[in-house]
Amino acid sequence: MNLGLVERFLPDMLRPFAAGPMEQFEIVPIFPLSFNGAIDLSFTNASLWMAIVVGTSLLFFTLATRRLQLIPGGTQSMGEVAYEFIAGMVRDTMGDEGRQFFPFVFTLFTFIFLCNLLGLLPSIPGSPASFHTFTVTSHIIVTFVLAILSVGLVVVYGLIKHGFGFLKLFAPSGVPLWLMPLIVPIEIISFLSRPVSLAVRLFANMLAGHVVLKVFAGFVGTLLTAGGVLSVISIVPLFGIVLVFLLEFLVAFLQAFVFAILTCIYLQDALHPSH
Amino acid sequence: MMRRHLAGVLAAPLLVGTALAAAPAEGEAEGGLPQLNTETYASQVFWLLIAFLVLYLLMSRIFLPRLGGMIEERRQRVADDFDKAAEFKRQAEEAEAEYKRALSDAKARASKIAQETRDEIDAEIRAMQADTDQKLEAEIAAAEARIEETSAQAASAVREAARETTRAVVMALIDEQPSDDAVDAALKSAEGARS
Repeated sequence: MNLGLVERFLPDMLRPFAAGPMEQFEIVPIFPLSFNGAIDLSFTNASLWMAIVVGTSLLFFTLATRRLQLIPGGTQSMGEVAYEFIAGMVRDTMGDEGRQFFPFVFTLFTFIFLCNLLGLLPSIPGSPASFHTFTVTSHIIVTFVLAILSVGLVVVYGLIKHGFGFLKLFAPSGVPLWLMPLIVPIEIISFLSRPVSLAVRLFANMLAGHVVLKVFAGFVGTLLTAGGVLSVISIVPLFGIVLVFLLEFLVAFLQAFVFAILTCIYLQDALHPSH
Repeated sequence: MMRRHLAGVLAAPLLVGTALAAAPAEGEAEGGLPQLNTETYASQVFWLLIAFLVLYLLMSRIFLPRLGGMIEERRQRVADDFDKAAEFKRQAEEAEAEYKRALSDAKARASKIAQETRDEIDAEIRAMQADTDQKLEAEIAAAEARIEETSAQAASAVREAARETTRAVVMALIDEQPSDDAVDAALKSAEGARS
């Protein structure tokens, strides 16, 4: 009886895995849009999930700030915890001068965290590919643009505020002059590698986590359909999925946190280039 | 207004999506990571920038000021309450100091009164004692004078008796009436020998 049910629904349930662990990263156009046939700006599943992320934060913060109270209720105190968390981070790294960057860092953290978190939602079995759960931050171009946004802000703000003085960033004070030819290129390379490391760290974490989940899920499917003793063994990768899934919640938060705090640290350079 | 607008943005892909529900993914048969397919980059960057900008504006214009304002208001309130508490504490301390001062004043007064009373009593006792001493001394002096007198009388009585006796003894021995002078001399010499 039970087995009959499994046999009846298994093919449908397994269909998302059938395309392999990389299927989840496919970009599927929903709303084709292109200019001169050259630049393709289609509204895709990635765009959809970006909109879902914005919509989710809109919903959450609307609920959190709808009826503000001196003694906060559940949602409001969650919103305040988020606010205090990022505000504390900005204050600890940049001091009071950092207040101007607070909305940016907060947006960055919220966006990345929700992208990571909502990407962990399970897809509805049998739904079309354009509605499969999609992790926006699992695409290198997205994380790279986010990294460029934060490092670009550092460069632009630094140049506006300090002019050529910003270049002191590449010549640390207290280094003897004869070491400068060595230190300056190293500093420049380390500065240029910042957006790359920011982008790759987030992208690789998301990619790896989701690939591992799908590979384990594939194991479960293969073992379950193999029948006999192998069906029973399929419980092992299932536990693996549960563990990795729990770990992914931590990673989702941690990567958003790392991205935000590194942005704060880099922005501190823009405030005080001579370190 | 912004909310209705955003709802529209959210609803549109849903409608289109249902229309596309029949069309499954092609699967990108050429293989490789979908992340490295540069054809999708323009669209992703475009929508990412829009989404990020919208979120940034929502956060910086609406939600963060609201939350921050509330937190600030609460901080003010708490600070005010702390100030008030400090004020009350100061008042309480003042009252306590006042009370302590009154208490110590009362104690000082009480001890002063006690001291005065003690001094008075002491003086009275001393006066009474001096009085009594004087009286006793007078009595003692009177008594001593009486004793002196009595002992002098006794001594003269003894001397008279000794004289009588001497006279009687001389009479008996040599049957001769000795002169008073001889008796006195004999008694004096005997007294002198004895002492």
